[in-house]
Amino acid sequence: MQFMLLFSRQGKLRLQKWYVAHPDKLKKKITRELITTILARKPKMCSFLEWRDLKIVYKRYASLYFCCAIEQEDNELLTLEVIHRYVELLDKYFGSVCELDIIFNFEKAYFILDELLLGGEIQETSKKNVLKAIAAQDLLQEEHDKIELNGGSEETRLTRVCGRRHGRRHK
Amino acid sequence: MPAVRGDGMRGLAVFISDIRNCKSKEAEIKRINKELANIRSKFKGDKTLDGYQKKKYVCKLLFIFLLGHDIDFGHMEAVNLLSSNKYSEKQIGYLFISVLVNTNSELIKLIIQSIKNDLASRNPIHVNLALQCIANIGSREMAEAFGNDIPKLLVSGDTMDVVKQSAALCLLRLFRTSQEIIPGGEWTSRIIHLLNDQHMGVVTAATSLIDALVKKNPEEYKGCVSLAVSRLSRIVTASYTDLQDYTYYFVPAPWLSVKLLRLLQNYTPPAEDPDGWLIFSEANLLVRACNQLGQFLSNRETNLRYLALESMCHLATSEFSHEAVKKHQEVVILSMKMEKDVSVRQQAVDLLYAMCDKSNAEEIVQEMLNYLETADYSIRGGDGIKSRYSCEKYATDYTWYVDVILNLIRIAGDYVSEEVWYRVIQIVINRDEVQGYAAKTVFEALQAPACHENMVKVGGYILGEFGNLIAGDQRSSPAVQFQLLHSKYHLCSPMTRALLLSTYIKFINLFPEIRTQVQDVFKQDSNLRSADAELQQRASEYLQLSIIASSDVLATVLEEMPAFPERESSILAVLKKKKPGRVPENDIKENKSPTPVTNHNNEVNNTSIGSADLLGLSTPPTSHPNSGNTGVLLDVLGDIYNKPNDSTNNTWFVDPKKSTLLWSDEQAIKLSVQMKPVEPVLEAGAQIQQMINAECVDDYTDCPSIVVSFHFTNGPQKITIKLPLTINKFFEPTEMNGESFFARWKNLGSTNQQRSQKIFKASTPMDLQAARTKIMGFGMQLLDGIDPNPDNFVCAGIIHMRTQQVGCLLRLEPNKNAQVSPSYVIFGVFRMMRELKMYRLTVRSSKESVSAELCDLLSEQF
Repeated sequence: MQFMLLFSRQGKLRLQKWYVAHPDKLKKKITRELITTILARKPKMCSFLEWRDLKIVYKRYASLYFCCAIEQEDNELLTLEVIHRYVELLDKYFGSVCELDIIFNFEKAYFILDELLLGGEIQETSKKNVLKAIAAQDLLQEEHDKIELNGGSEETRLTRVCGRRHGRRHK
Repeated sequence: MPAVRGDGMRGLAVFISDIRNCKSKEAEIKRINKELANIRSKFKGDKTLDGYQKKKYVCKLLFIFLLGHDIDFGHMEAVNLLSSNKYSEKQIGYLFISVLVNTNSELIKLIIQSIKNDLASRNPIHVNLALQCIANIGSREMAEAFGNDIPKLLVSGDTMDVVKQSAALCLLRLFRTSQEIIPGGEWTSRIIHLLNDQHMGVVTAATSLIDALVKKNPEEYKGCVSLAVSRLSRIVTASYTDLQDYTYYFVPAPWLSVKLLRLLQNYTPPAEDPDGWLIFSEANLLVRACNQLGQFLSNRETNLRYLALESMCHLATSEFSHEAVKKHQEVVILSMKMEKDVSVRQQAVDLLYAMCDKSNAEEIVQEMLNYLETADYSIRGGDGIKSRYSCEKYATDYTWYVDVILNLIRIAGDYVSEEVWYRVIQIVINRDEVQGYAAKTVFEALQAPACHENMVKVGGYILGEFGNLIAGDQRSSPAVQFQLLHSKYHLCSPMTRALLLSTYIKFINLFPEIRTQVQDVFKQDSNLRSADAELQQRASEYLQLSIIASSDVLATVLEEMPAFPERESSILAVLKKKKPGRVPENDIKENKSPTPVTNHNNEVNNTSIGSADLLGLSTPPTSHPNSGNTGVLLDVLGDIYNKPNDSTNNTWFVDPKKSTLLWSDEQAIKLSVQMKPVEPVLEAGAQIQQMINAECVDDYTDCPSIVVSFHFTNGPQKITIKLPLTINKFFEPTEMNGESFFARWKNLGSTNQQRSQKIFKASTPMDLQAARTKIMGFGMQLLDGIDPNPDNFVCAGIIHMRTQQVGCLLRLEPNKNAQVSPSYVIFGVFRMMRELKMYRLTVRSSKESVSAELCDLLSEQF
């Protein structure tokens, strides 16, 4: 896989992951072109596009489009399922995920993606294993936080409540 | 509770909310700039920033970047985070690096150092972060730095599974950037045995790695076949509980299964197949697959229809299933016409092209043309080309061919490349039987009020040559033809106008009665004083020609164009004479038997001629503009042009009473050579030239030799010379736009067999201008402005052979900076630096042997 993009129905980029080294300018150009092309397609149309010398596989989930660019010899159908698995993972982790979760916790979305795909290749297809890895990360983070909490920083606790509330309010 | 845990950075959440609450784009930019200023001052001034704050600010920068803004600071702080002891800070540091840091950044050394520390860490999750980073952004420097450590991590017994997974993909990434990093020997078997690992995730990651390694060196990794087969059989026969979470919607381990099958595809099945059982079952399977796919063609699910068409395209290329695919022709034509989705239509067109053969060409091409009339403009280009190709490939009736092509130009003129109308003119000129028809057809086509410029070109050319064939009809009298063409003149580009001017002067020859009208056009200020030098020159020269030259001279100068050598046979050796050769009559009479020696392999008669001075050439043929070329080509040319220098001349050129020339060639079956016989006896001091026409029958390697044998005072003589007739001499350059280039590039690259690639060091200083000249001399069309990197060269051409035409695409990527390590610079070893400059040459063509030969030929030139 060459890259993965997440963008909204309004054409706003929410996540980008590149597995090939392109200059920023080119990345922006590619992103713009693809977003326009895909948004112009109708809902009943298929999930595949031929674009330059790449194959584009995309799928819309609610307000969010997931779009992958793969090489000629790669399998479109499996790529579509990679997207689906990613959505399942996000859903499980965030608890019925919505676009807002990804906006406010974009770094988590990245971390989950890294457990699923690495260097453009699928790394782990088991949902359990991925979620286990992410849970372990969160646990580590919490332990660090606890140490800080013991220092009496009230701000940390507030942060947590506040962060969550923001997420919900916009739903 | 599926809650989002972790510390949730409050500042970040507030900032994101602020941005979301911005009412306008301006407000958003204002808010972002305020934040950027804040972060910048924190990074600059506040030395007491703790890890959490750094992490928070780096995260904000990331978010701003995702919004589409450029980030030009903060990299250093992100790199600092890498050495934090806290996992979450480290992780954010790595995230920033993989999203935002360019691999050639000056920070890369620091980053590599941090990664190195983490790799050596005893904490596996730190090791894993480092590996993930390499796998995502791995570069050549990283390959150098970590090439040793990662294989160890991968096969070591006490590495955790998750780390192994990352290590496998990490190694794959590094292998792709520099192939030499994979250790051989005992490592091979240890890597292969990862296929046997208990952990399916490890197997999944390892299979990707092994697949890449196998492609590089199938022999060494042969052992993976049995392991992959047994793993696959275990997956297929496993129960639901065995595979646990690796079952995906009731399908057992789909990703891994496909990967394993891909891996096995690299090897051909065992050759022993005594009963033909394998072949039989393969054929059977393919036909069944095809029937199944046929049902999907009318499925309601668009994705299924798309995939069915795509898969059938593969099946159509197999001899076993081609016929089975053809059964679905009607449905496919229907989907080309009726599908609402352009992606699906495109697949249908591809499939029609693939299933086209002699039996259905006429119908399919007709359908494609009908479709083109209504097609989206975006896909006309590629499709037009396709119908042309299928049409030419299977053309039996040239009237039909001319019709199709002219229709194509009419419907999709913009998307028809130059090569298309060149070809139609070649065909018309070479075939008497269609000339009148073509003239009539273009005349009619030109009647249309809005007429594509390419049509004007074809029309201008054909009427200029064959307008006389329809001039008898009052409706297309000379004056009418002229006025019709000239009515388009002012709407055309200078190039087309120049062509039309040539047509006009031909008209003066064909139809003297309209001479004054034509001369008036030449005299117009817009021509005679045109700002375009070419037009001005043509107008004034043609005008003078028409005034001064007698009708005899005109008739000679403007004689009908000679037939094009069929199928692009190239004139190979234009043997220039120093003095006009002269053969005395009495010699011919005396000469009883200039025995023609025929090479029995060669289907064309070889002749014997008297031509002692064949070797006395001095001027290289103009068809080899390989200036500054020191490769094979010039060596061969040197053979012809330099070897017979004065000393040899003296020995056997002095007084040749009788000499015979024998032509032979090594590639007798692959090349068909035609020569006009010349006089068998050559007088002393005389020279003679002989034209050789060669047609390529099938592709070949290297270049043919020519044996010149002749009789001369002392008896028979024999000289063998290599002819500079390499396969690339049969190229017809092909113009195309970026879109169709990429489309074909992609099509041709679908199998390994069709592409050939060489990475080699530049043997001469890398001079792009010189490289350009060489590439242009190679015979393909150099296409500018298509490759995103202006230093790269991409070319397209078709090799014409009697049996087939092979479309070839080429890409040469000079890498001026390849591998120049700083130590060379320090030591000032400039020569070494130069040697380390690399080229990557990729050739894709529809035939494996052609790709390989072209790649070999051209790579020697740089």
